[in-house]
Amino acid sequence: MASTTTVEQPLKTREEDLLIEEYGYDDHFHEHHHGDKYQSNFVTTYIFSQDHKTIAKQFLITGMFWGIVGALMSLVFRLQLGFPEENMAWLKPVLGQWITVNEAGIGTLSPDFYYALVTMHGTILVFFVLTAGLSGTFSNLLIPLQIGARDMASPFLNMLSYWFFFLSGVIMFFSLFLNTGPFSGGWTAYPPLSGLPQASLGSQAGMTLWVVSLVFFVVSVLLGGINYITTVLNMRTKGMGMWNMPLTIWAFFITAIIGLLSFPVLVSALLLVMFDRGLGTSFFLNEIFIAGEALPNVGGSPILYQHLFWFLGHPEVYIIILPAMGIVSEVLSVHSRKPVFGYKAMVFSILAIAFLSFIVWAHHMFMSGVNPFISNFFVVFTLIIAVPSAVKVFNWIATLYGGNIRFNAASLFGIGFVSMFISGGLTGIFLGNSAIDIQMHDTYFVVAHFHIVMGVAAFFGMFAGIYHWFPKMFGRFMNETLGKLHFWITLVGAYAVFWPMHYLGVAGVPRRYYSFDTFNAFAHFDTMNKFITVAAIVVFAVQVLFVINFFYSIWKGRQMKVRNPWGATTLEWSTPIRPGHGNWDGKIPSVFRWAYDYNKDEREFVPQYVPLSEEEKLQGHTH
Amino acid sequence: MTLLIILFCLILIIVVAVQIGRLTELANKIRGEEAAQFESNRWNGALSLVFLVVFLGGTIISSGYYGKYMLGFGPWVSASEHGGALDSMFKWTLFFTGVVFVLTHIALFWFAWKYRGRKGHKARFLPHNDNLEIIWTAVPAIVMTFLVIKGLDAWNDVMADVQPDEEYIEMEATGYQWGWMLRYPGPDGKLGARDYTLINSGNNPLGQDWTDVKNLDDFHPTEVVLPVGKKVRVRITSRDVLHNFYLPHFRVKMDAVPGMPTYFTFTPKYTTEEYRQLLGVKDNMGNPKYPEWYEIDSEDPDGRKKFQTFNFELACAELCGRGHYSMRKIVRIVSEEEFQRWADEQQSWYLLSVRNTDDDPYKGQMLTIDVEETDGGDGESDEQQTENADENPAD
Repeated sequence: MASTTTVEQPLKTREEDLLIEEYGYDDHFHEHHHGDKYQSNFVTTYIFSQDHKTIAKQFLITGMFWGIVGALMSLVFRLQLGFPEENMAWLKPVLGQWITVNEAGIGTLSPDFYYALVTMHGTILVFFVLTAGLSGTFSNLLIPLQIGARDMASPFLNMLSYWFFFLSGVIMFFSLFLNTGPFSGGWTAYPPLSGLPQASLGSQAGMTLWVVSLVFFVVSVLLGGINYITTVLNMRTKGMGMWNMPLTIWAFFITAIIGLLSFPVLVSALLLVMFDRGLGTSFFLNEIFIAGEALPNVGGSPILYQHLFWFLGHPEVYIIILPAMGIVSEVLSVHSRKPVFGYKAMVFSILAIAFLSFIVWAHHMFMSGVNPFISNFFVVFTLIIAVPSAVKVFNWIATLYGGNIRFNAASLFGIGFVSMFISGGLTGIFLGNSAIDIQMHDTYFVVAHFHIVMGVAAFFGMFAGIYHWFPKMFGRFMNETLGKLHFWITLVGAYAVFWPMHYLGVAGVPRRYYSFDTFNAFAHFDTMNKFITVAAIVVFAVQVLFVINFFYSIWKGRQMKVRNPWGATTLEWSTPIRPGHGNWDGKIPSVFRWAYDYNKDEREFVPQYVPLSEEEKLQGHTH
Repeated sequence: MTLLIILFCLILIIVVAVQIGRLTELANKIRGEEAAQFESNRWNGALSLVFLVVFLGGTIISSGYYGKYMLGFGPWVSASEHGGALDSMFKWTLFFTGVVFVLTHIALFWFAWKYRGRKGHKARFLPHNDNLEIIWTAVPAIVMTFLVIKGLDAWNDVMADVQPDEEYIEMEATGYQWGWMLRYPGPDGKLGARDYTLINSGNNPLGQDWTDVKNLDDFHPTEVVLPVGKKVRVRITSRDVLHNFYLPHFRVKMDAVPGMPTYFTFTPKYTTEEYRQLLGVKDNMGNPKYPEWYEIDSEDPDGRKKFQTFNFELACAELCGRGHYSMRKIVRIVSEEEFQRWADEQQSWYLLSVRNTDDDPYKGQMLTIDVEETDGGDGESDEQQTENADENPAD
């Protein structure tokens, strides 16, 4: 089962180089940088690197680390949910005080820690893996390479962006080992639960560290975002008009803008919670009696927090999914040997989704006690946002239509992404309609929805990107057989984990329950919960296979013999096989066409840096 | 020891995986890259079709099988008047999304098979089609418009508060870490004022202000009891953190916010006994339609069947700390007469726990509370209730 079929290149490498030499843009880069101290020692090359390609790898590997941590956490709480009677004493060496062992030697997971695990799982995966690990990796890797730039606008800020992310991770990691435990109020951290140390163990030191970690994290996102936007706007090569940019760049660019506008609001929400906790303010607190005491705080509203949080929280999920969408557009196009269908429509959909994402946030708050009248507007805009999302799905399917599809791990994950986005996106239409949300809010129906769109679809986009651009990052290929195995088992397994949760939700089972035994209404689903847990274990195991494949292939993977193994049109494949600092050895290629000239004439594909032929000039351009 | 074995097995798996990987790469080199790719395309294309069938079959069949557990399906009609409209919204949405789900998946995986790369085949240059874009923008927009209009109609209906002249029963549920405190208004039909600074865990868990005479007849039952067919307005609040008042069978859900009462109005449609009969219904042949409910309830001392011991339940649906999953109350819907009997039997909290203690503002005084029996909420003026009279306290 192969793989890495190299497409017959229309031009020989020497011919490519001649084209770039003749038409490329000469910024005298290598003369200026000859002998400079950039990347001159181990520390500046591998640790505090300012090269966007290295920083991309740093984001990726850190993201993978956190992915494993977050996934392991989910296995522990899925064990609790699927096998609540089972002895968990064997986890005591790892989880210490959070496993209580009774006289019979049977260990149980503490409910406090269960909620800590659920909280950390969400926080780690949403922020560290799907935001930093996804945007951070691919924006850094691809923006300069695909727009024809030597590096980012500010390599120094770029380096800082990674290290702030690393620091935020260290702080979060420490919080796992606190005596009172890590924060446990859900990744949404609603006050008063999060605002009152006496409300929960996790709301003590754990909450403080959680907030500090996230503030550093937001700094990282903002530094990265400013860089991506500036670079895309100012450093495109000659001929790379906005409408010639690949969809990946549009996606990363718009994502960065969304992030810049929304993340600061999260910081404000978190700071205000910290003030309530430590300075006696009452932004979110009002008339509370807890731990035997009537608190003096009056006048605040927990609902204010929810507005501030979800003002980031909703755009955040589009920050997660848009880069994955951009990657999938690219991967499906290259491996189908066809333009992505409806390029302009795809760009306008991204813009529409980005704009709309800012005016739907209160669909997370339909049942929070807000005036129901307001909810009308949020229902309207939420269901409107389904339209550009649907348009994208139809365009991806149309990209496959009439194609000559090359199946490999990358394209398979691309196809899998579309399936997952359809499944998960459709349930959003239920939840966005407030009348239905009365019943579905805070049930497993919501858990199914967001896991399928974020926990699976976004991950599939990430996997597609990793398999597809691994050769660009490391000059070698990941193993294809293992990659295909990874895909098929994860596809089936992920559906096995999350599809049944729809049934649980419609049956009324609430989310964030440590156990279902208290209620007759929720106690009918033992077998289903066992099934989900077992499926989750299998899916996790196959991810381990992926990680092994990844690291093994960095050193021992099949070597890349040609510059452009996938036969892609975009600029990143025109650099040398192991691009150094500055990406291109000589001039930067100039661009003459959009990124999707596949099979438009007798040529199987035409890279962007190839000038228009006489015929093409006569036809006017087709896209 | 077990740990060592596990570790060894893991390492073995890793080694096997790596070897499979290397072997297949070698095999491809020998076979020739292009041929290997076409072979792979056939396999993966075929797998796409197999997956399509298994996936659609699995999802459709399993949804049929689990239908009997899902509220709004099987025996689970809405136990409230408004719930039918919400269930209907769900079904309309299921219809439209179901159609899209099936059609797009067929297209996706069928195209994956049909357009797999193979010898002699070339892709077509189809960059865009504006007419298609218009169609597949307009159709979803029209469907969404329909769902929005229908949904908001239902929403605004359900969430509308009571009219000024409407009759309803008011009750209050206060969430706390970790349970619910219930309060009913007593014969005067009105809940008394509360002040959280008055809360003490001993005899005033809700911080009722006893100088407000409306409080004097309020009682604190241990389960929610309501009469069938009468509108109920639940006043929902919290003592500490956010909770959520959730009655799954009634399609009732609303956050409980400290310091800001929220409300949900609904009308129970079936008594508990009637609903039990729905679960125990028999089909035309005389067999139980839902056999699971005919199993013996192991926890029932009288050995009754499950449908005979079924009860509606109140749960919390907003994470509130360690005990979030255990905030349960039973909800019983009974006939109007039985409800009246039950309410008459309840002793007011004031009389039970506060009267003549140091916290009683009327300590040592005699009390008459002149109350006209009301159905609740009909605007009786408080000035008609008198204090400091000479007769015995009313009950």
